[in-house]
Amino acid sequence: MSAAEQHVFVSGDEAVAMGVRLARPDVISAYPITPQTVVVERLSEYVEDGSLHCQFMHVESEHSAMSAAMGVSATGARAFTATSSQGLLHMCEGLHYASGSRFPIVMMNANRATAAPWNIYGDQRDSLSMLDCGWIQVYVEDAQEACDMMIQGYRVAEDPAVLTPFMINLDGFVLTHTYELVSLPSQEEVDEFLPPLETENKMDPLSPKSLCITIGPGLDQEIKYQQHQAMMQAEEVIERVDREFGDRFGRYYGGMLEAYQCEDAEFILVATGTTVGTARTVVDALRSEGVSAGVLKLRYLRPFPVKQLGEYARKANVIGVLDRDISFGMEGTIFTNVNSALSRCGSALETMNFIGGLGGRDISKQDLTDIFQKMQDQATGKKQPHVQFFGMECETNE
Amino acid sequence: MSRPIIKPYMMPRTMQEIPFGATFESGHLVEGNAGWRTFKPEVDQEKCTLCLTCYLVCPDGVIFKKGDQLCIDYDFCKGCGICAHECKFDAIKMVKEEI
Amino acid sequence: MIEVRWHGRGGQGGFTAARLLGVSAALFENRYALAFPSFGPERRGAPVLGFTKIDDKKIVDRSAVRECDHLVILDETLIDDDITSGLRPGGSILVNTRTPERYDELFNGFEVSGLDATGLALDILGRPITNTAMLGGLVAKTGIVSLDALKKGMAIELKPALVEKNINIAEVSYERLQEVTA
Repeated sequence: MSAAEQHVFVSGDEAVAMGVRLARPDVISAYPITPQTVVVERLSEYVEDGSLHCQFMHVESEHSAMSAAMGVSATGARAFTATSSQGLLHMCEGLHYASGSRFPIVMMNANRATAAPWNIYGDQRDSLSMLDCGWIQVYVEDAQEACDMMIQGYRVAEDPAVLTPFMINLDGFVLTHTYELVSLPSQEEVDEFLPPLETENKMDPLSPKSLCITIGPGLDQEIKYQQHQAMMQAEEVIERVDREFGDRFGRYYGGMLEAYQCEDAEFILVATGTTVGTARTVVDALRSEGVSAGVLKLRYLRPFPVKQLGEYARKANVIGVLDRDISFGMEGTIFTNVNSALSRCGSALETMNFIGGLGGRDISKQDLTDIFQKMQDQATGKKQPHVQFFGMECETNE
Repeated sequence: MSRPIIKPYMMPRTMQEIPFGATFESGHLVEGNAGWRTFKPEVDQEKCTLCLTCYLVCPDGVIFKKGDQLCIDYDFCKGCGICAHECKFDAIKMVKEEI
Repeated sequence: MIEVRWHGRGGQGGFTAARLLGVSAALFENRYALAFPSFGPERRGAPVLGFTKIDDKKIVDRSAVRECDHLVILDETLIDDDITSGLRPGGSILVNTRTPERYDELFNGFEVSGLDATGLALDILGRPITNTAMLGGLVAKTGIVSLDALKKGMAIELKPALVEKNINIAEVSYERLQEVTA
């Protein structure tokens, strides 16, 4: 860790704002929505007090926030926005527009339940329902990672091999509004790590271009293939940037995923976000009781670490996937992705889906301990449904 | 003046008891707010002229007239003190609530 | 790991106290801390909870606090039969009250102290904001952080105009609790 780093005790939202400030965006266009509001409030304070030199655009909705960010990016300037839940859905067409246009916009999303019923508390339905819109998506576990990813995000998004917008997800309230210790890198070191944006994909009178062109069956498929390839190439860039960040700032997060106690684990729980933290505690307790447990922290869901997942599956007995979402009528979205990845790797491993923590419901250590027990039961022949809800307050009919 | 009905909310215990979709019966409240108070308003009926300024300014609508008496619904009064502050006749005093 | 649960009403600074305790431990004692409120929209007067977790190693468990070691009650009108639920046997309770004896039966089995934080606050701050007085009292009663760390935490987190008086009130309540428990 660099000696120039400053220690602060801040909330996840505040850590995001501090990270964004270090990343030197040119224009911020954001609309407030719980539980992201503190990000926008702090950033506007930083612009006001001069510690952040950038334009702050007041927009009338999230749809406008994303449209403005696209306009900013279209001039070759660095754009930032932030949202949550209904806001993310409101800007949905903009998400596709931005990724198709290959604008390296970075956005923080506070994971929050989607209406109806209207709910301000956290789960991951919002961003998981947007996995197909062409944005890189990372899920962070604590405020330190949130701050660091605001800086890494621009490096990855703006890489010429990538040029894809980047979404950073924080669990609503549990992470956004929890205060913890964060080390802030110095501006000088961040400037060395993250140079200003250089791109040809912009409006320039000296090199005139048409942006957001119209296309038909003649060329669309090839352009989408190109977009897909860029997302696949991002895997290598993500790993490289994370390693470089680790060398410079002392914090390497594992790239696409982090495996905790998975090397010889029979029972692996795949999880994202703050739940991983609680799972680490449970894995430690189970290990001390002789249970061969591990937790696989999926950091990036797009691109998806297909091969790496396949590697960890080879030695495991049962993989459980924790979803803080439900794709109604089917299963949890992360489960769908994990199953597909494992199938493509030729794995015939037993997988189980555990759906819970919806709408802000707490996921307790007991919940996770019970989940590991169910995984063990599955292995010893006590068969259960592949998809189950946990932590229900009412008896279900199952 | 009709007063709010309190129907305590019963946590559903079975899936059958869960409300349908995002809809729930209404027209009632589920709890009173008496516990929020540190001070409560007390009316001096002699000084009160029933001008009903307090009724107009009360943010919770707990003040009402019964005959020639000014009444306060203490089940819902949060003790904000706006009524006492606005009374032109000094007829309302905020008194520390006894625990 | 030590866990503290704070009971207050919106506007009384209960969560600020929870956060200040975290700041003191994390920035001035080289420990780790998490501080968070009961989540949701806030309204003045509504009951709110605050939580502080302190440990010597990084706290990775992000689940809600179910059991705690210390309770701090900033407003005794919040006390009901369930208030001690989750407090570990032998845990401590600090109540803002002039008459702690009235809770002897309810708080039986726990280490209870009363502090007239409202009185102190009206005297020293001129307003009934009791959070920093209760912090001083908690530190005296439990030693959860040092008074020095608490004062340093307050110095960087509070508005400059408020720092001196609040440090003063924390010192006074610290001394008062020390006298009582001596």
